[in-house]
Amino acid sequence: MSDVAVEAVGVSKRFRLYHERNQSLKAAFMRGRRAKFDEFWALRDVDLTIPTGKTFGLIGHNGSGKSTMLKCLAGILVPDHGRTQVNGKVSALLELGAGFHPELSGRDNVYLNGSILGMSRKQIDRQFDEIVDFAGLETFIDSPVKNYSSGMYVRLGFSVAINVDPEILMVDEVLAVGDESFQRKCMEKFADFRAEGRTVVIVSHALGTMRSMCDEVAWLDHGKLKGVGRPEDLVDEYVGASHEDRVVEEAPAAEEGAGHSRWGSGEVRLTGAEVLSGGQSTTKVSTGDDVVVRLHWEAAAPVVEPVFGIALHTLEGVHVTGPNTRDAEVRTGTLHGTGHLDLHVSRLMLTPGTYDLTAAVFDRSVVHAFDHREKVLRFHVIPGTPRDHYGVMSLGGSWDLRSESPPSTR
Amino acid sequence: MRVTLASRELLGNLVMRELRGKYKGTSLGWFWSLLNPLASTLIFSVVFGAILRVTPTVGAGGVQNYTLFLLCALLPWNYFSGVVNGGMGSLLGNANLIKKTSFPRELLVLATTASLFVTFLIEMAVLAVALLVFGVNPLIWLVPTLLLMVVLAVFATGLGLMLAVANVYFRDSAHFVAIGLQVLFYATPVIYPITLVSDVSPDSLVARLHIDSLYFANPLVHYVEAFRDLLYEHQVPSLSTILVILLSAAASICVGWTVFNRFSGRLAEEL
Ligand SMILES: Nc1ncnc2c1ncn2[C@@H]1O[C@H](COP(=O)(O)OP(=O)(O)O)[C@@H](O)[C@H]1O
Ligand SMILES: [Mg+2]
Repeated sequence: MSDVAVEAVGVSKRFRLYHERNQSLKAAFMRGRRAKFDEFWALRDVDLTIPTGKTFGLIGHNGSGKSTMLKCLAGILVPDHGRTQVNGKVSALLELGAGFHPELSGRDNVYLNGSILGMSRKQIDRQFDEIVDFAGLETFIDSPVKNYSSGMYVRLGFSVAINVDPEILMVDEVLAVGDESFQRKCMEKFADFRAEGRTVVIVSHALGTMRSMCDEVAWLDHGKLKGVGRPEDLVDEYVGASHEDRVVEEAPAAEEGAGHSRWGSGEVRLTGAEVLSGGQSTTKVSTGDDVVVRLHWEAAAPVVEPVFGIALHTLEGVHVTGPNTRDAEVRTGTLHGTGHLDLHVSRLMLTPGTYDLTAAVFDRSVVHAFDHREKVLRFHVIPGTPRDHYGVMSLGGSWDLRSESPPSTR
Repeated sequence: MRVTLASRELLGNLVMRELRGKYKGTSLGWFWSLLNPLASTLIFSVVFGAILRVTPTVGAGGVQNYTLFLLCALLPWNYFSGVVNGGMGSLLGNANLIKKTSFPRELLVLATTASLFVTFLIEMAVLAVALLVFGVNPLIWLVPTLLLMVVLAVFATGLGLMLAVANVYFRDSAHFVAIGLQVLFYATPVIYPITLVSDVSPDSLVARLHIDSLYFANPLVHYVEAFRDLLYEHQVPSLSTILVILLSAAASICVGWTVFNRFSGRLAEEL
């Protein structure tokens, strides 16, 4: 096997930005030419050499060309200049989704994707249970993937991508989605991969993870390669540089629970979060109360279809719940200016205790964080009805005892 | 071309997917694939055979049956238009796959060709049985017919490849192709015998305007005639017909393949 797993030489990629969404023949006839477009270079003369068996990271701000680079390496996009060469079987998992066909069942998609990645039917048969098991989708595997939630979609995609026995795995921002336990499983799998001497190319916003996982990182800035080097050095340099033009600054430590990490590119900012009960902002509510979780937002320029979400954690770190507007199929439209978003909870089923609220707003694919505010608000739940106090939540059920037959009198 | 051969397994999967997807959820399964041609056969037979009384040519063994005469041309026509339409939509319909994964894109068009070919084979087998029942024994003509079917598949695939990319770059292509196919259907001797066109008198309007020479420039005329020669009339097609067929298939696939390769690199970003 070659020492170099992936090589890119002078890669440039130009995109066309059409003035109209879809070109039509009719319009072309009438105008006498095809639709007008602007050109724009998403990648400019990028050289990369990724050694076999290494874990290689791509960092850079939103829109710097990381995904484009990965797509060029994976052979999905063809660069306009330069060339890429890949030595070994590539399996790529891009942003949200793995190229599933929405109408097909999870099972059919696994087979289809497997064969795209060059597996024979027999090989997929052998791996199938493991794929489904890893994704944790046993009960849903025969329903069409269009019915899957974003988390399920990503889990299955990731599971296929890593179980098809690739020599080179390319992953774009996948760790951002999915729950904690799944993320941990992914990390373990990456570690296995590395131990087996396979090559991993990864794009992630989780800089801490990048720093600990990668052997080497490359920093892209506006489509140009700004540097390649050891993650310790380059990640710090990147953080330092992006701090200056960082849109989202550290939150003032006003509320309790503040001072926790916050990240994101700032197109939409979360300016605050509060819990309302009876129309009043509060940090003390009772089990069973009718409450509203309110997120205040601000968007300096129009943003299309952002996805809002919250997460609740106990002080012990148990992830209680994580609703978001995408899974709830709420359309947020285009946001501009300021406003707030309410989550109505008609009966708060948390058992008494203290909870931390994390709030985040993502782009429409739930991959890129605009603003992620870890533990932005702490609130307390005091006993109410139901009076359950074990565990983190109440089922709110009612007990009903009946005797089936009178005691036998013998 | 070599890449495509290496992807046979994927092609097989795509074909299976298409076949299963098409008939899934319908309890009658394969029967549905025959329902559509059955309905059009019935309509044409009643309208043109019984009401307008189009006189079919006399086939082998003196058989003169409009429905058989019709089917020998209608089934190839249906296959042709199916491949053109299906191939054209195959890239747009698999946008997600193209944008997220890397594989030879032409396989999507080829999968349409192949999956429809299965249906085509079944229909032709049914037709062969029908011919037998009516006393026209087509058995020795089946092998050349099969070859002709393959050549037709090549011809249609070439157009399918071209239109598939056109459809990505111009989203309203399908609209114009639908009109084109409709014109082509009547400009091909499917529902009427070709003698109505070839036997026009030299001083008729059609001849004076050279409409008949334009008519014979349509390669499909020759395909349909060849199918009818083999199955209905049991005669070897004329040399000129065979030449037109082979040349048009070669030209179509060469141009289609070239156009497709020229534009397929940018599919992921144009979709
Ligand atoms: N298909 C496309 N057509 C036009 N522009 C695109 C396309 N894909 C990406 N871009 C643009 O290219 C730039 C780089 O995008 P991308 O590679 O996704 O960045 P990153 O992954 O680093 O956030 C962005 O400005 C984006 O808007
Ligand atoms: Mg990206």
